[in-house]
Amino acid sequence: MSALQTCSSLIYLISAICYVVGVHLMRSPKTARKGNGLSCVGMALAVIMIIITIIVGGKIDAAGWIALVAGLAIGICYGVVKGRKVKMTDVPQLVSLFNAVGGGAAATIGVFDYLQVAAGTRLQLILSIPVVLDVIIGGTTFSGSLIAAGKLAGHVPGKPITFPGSRLCNGLAIIAMIVGAVWMIGYPQNYWALVLELVAALVFGLLMTLPIGGADMPVVVSLLNAFTGLAVAFAGFVIDNQVLIIAGALVGSAGTILTLQMAEAMNRSVANILAGGFGGGASDSGASDDIPVNVKETSADDVGLQLAYAHNVMIVPGYGLAAAQAQHEVAELAKLLTDHGINVNYAIHPVAGRMPGHMNVLLADVNVPYEQMKQMDEANSMFENTDVSLVIGANDVTNPMARKSGNAISGMPILDVDKSKSVVVIKRSMHPGYAGIANPLFSADQTHMFFSDAKKGLKDIIAATKQYLDE
Amino acid sequence: MSQQLYSNLAIFVLSLLVGFEVMSKIPATLQTPMMSGANAIHGVVVVGAFVVAAEANNWGFYILAFLCAFFAAVNVAGGYTVTDRMLGMFDRPKGGKAPAKDNKQDGGEQ
Repeated sequence: MSALQTCSSLIYLISAICYVVGVHLMRSPKTARKGNGLSCVGMALAVIMIIITIIVGGKIDAAGWIALVAGLAIGICYGVVKGRKVKMTDVPQLVSLFNAVGGGAAATIGVFDYLQVAAGTRLQLILSIPVVLDVIIGGTTFSGSLIAAGKLAGHVPGKPITFPGSRLCNGLAIIAMIVGAVWMIGYPQNYWALVLELVAALVFGLLMTLPIGGADMPVVVSLLNAFTGLAVAFAGFVIDNQVLIIAGALVGSAGTILTLQMAEAMNRSVANILAGGFGGGASDSGASDDIPVNVKETSADDVGLQLAYAHNVMIVPGYGLAAAQAQHEVAELAKLLTDHGINVNYAIHPVAGRMPGHMNVLLADVNVPYEQMKQMDEANSMFENTDVSLVIGANDVTNPMARKSGNAISGMPILDVDKSKSVVVIKRSMHPGYAGIANPLFSADQTHMFFSDAKKGLKDIIAATKQYLDE
Repeated sequence: MSQQLYSNLAIFVLSLLVGFEVMSKIPATLQTPMMSGANAIHGVVVVGAFVVAAEANNWGFYILAFLCAFFAAVNVAGGYTVTDRMLGMFDRPKGGKAPAKDNKQDGGEQ
């Protein structure tokens, strides 16, 4: 080992330690930000080291520098601007987009290496297996994450998209990937093998994600995140760089655990989610049979009256609140009630706002005190003593249908909103939620519907409540 | 199997195990930031972009190097920025209102 190699190996080791300790620190709210900072330091070390390495190596030519610097500059600007400007409500699709490009970069490395072999520059046959895995996984996560981001952003319909023969297409894509893999390993001089493999992987990512319903999307994004980690690790094998292998494997396994925990929070198994998608999402059809008929509508004035004379109020925020950017209004209403001695808490479903923990982030953003944010189990023990539950733009997570079998959300843990004495639901329309099924809570005896945009509705309710409180 | 491949494989397997171990039960509150943080870490693929650029020697390869650098830079820069922003929200004093900060946040989100 030359001095430079020794130095770079040690630096990469330090940077790997930073990632591991960083992830460890991120498990607690108190140290989470430090953890992320530490992993960022590790990243900076690795980048500085590789810059020194390629400068000393002297192999890179002017055009290589231009391509590298231009790509990095544009990428950094785009990433930082997007990261700074994004509304907190749009974070899930942004994470999915960042994940897609990560997979894309890993796949690009595989493609590059294979083309070098094909061009006769290098011949390292033993490394062709990582190359193949890198291209397959990287390509799949690239297209899959783009579709997931599109679904979360609403550019692609959130409903499961299936077409006749989609199962057959899946099978064909898998066969094409296997054929491509064998071809690439057996005849490493063939461009067409690479093209076949890349196209098959991209198509497979597409087919894998399209039939999965929007409600399951967070789990899929997390799974694809873990996949990208593996793709990056295999890219590390390809270019013989340990820091890629360590960081990629770390994200691969940690991401898998995170995925399992998210799936557990929704009481779904990962296999179930993927198989459901592959199966064609047939379970969703015909689920809208029992549309609630006797829905009672109410006004802001009536809601204000109910709230002003309640002792215990539970706010149940959902995606509608996030989409309408109404977190400031809800915090204002809660403060108004709290200032008048009314107990206010938030019941937060683990997957409220489409991603686990997303709602906590949105509410923390508007200074909602931690002690008012109740996680599902704690909230469920409080509903019986709740006078008014104010459901804002939440649907599936409150749907009592989850307790029955044979529908799209069967078995999903829900908030027992129907156990509270009175329920007010602020919602724009009777449209079903992400899971695409009707919610019997909306037609229950104690429920009143207040049809409005969350932001405007809350403003009206705040005004009405003020009349009844001594203000 | 070469010595090099073997040591890489050993590192890979052991890192997988470390990942499983380090990621025990985490609160739902932190799952989104954690996913985003892990997402930023695999942005280390940016190191690979440098290697590709260093070895590129024709137009096709320069384009690949550019693509790889662009993709990886978006991943790493965006990933850390958005994770830090999310986690920054947990830093506020408990229960206390911070109007000045609030305004700043509003400005940033528009």
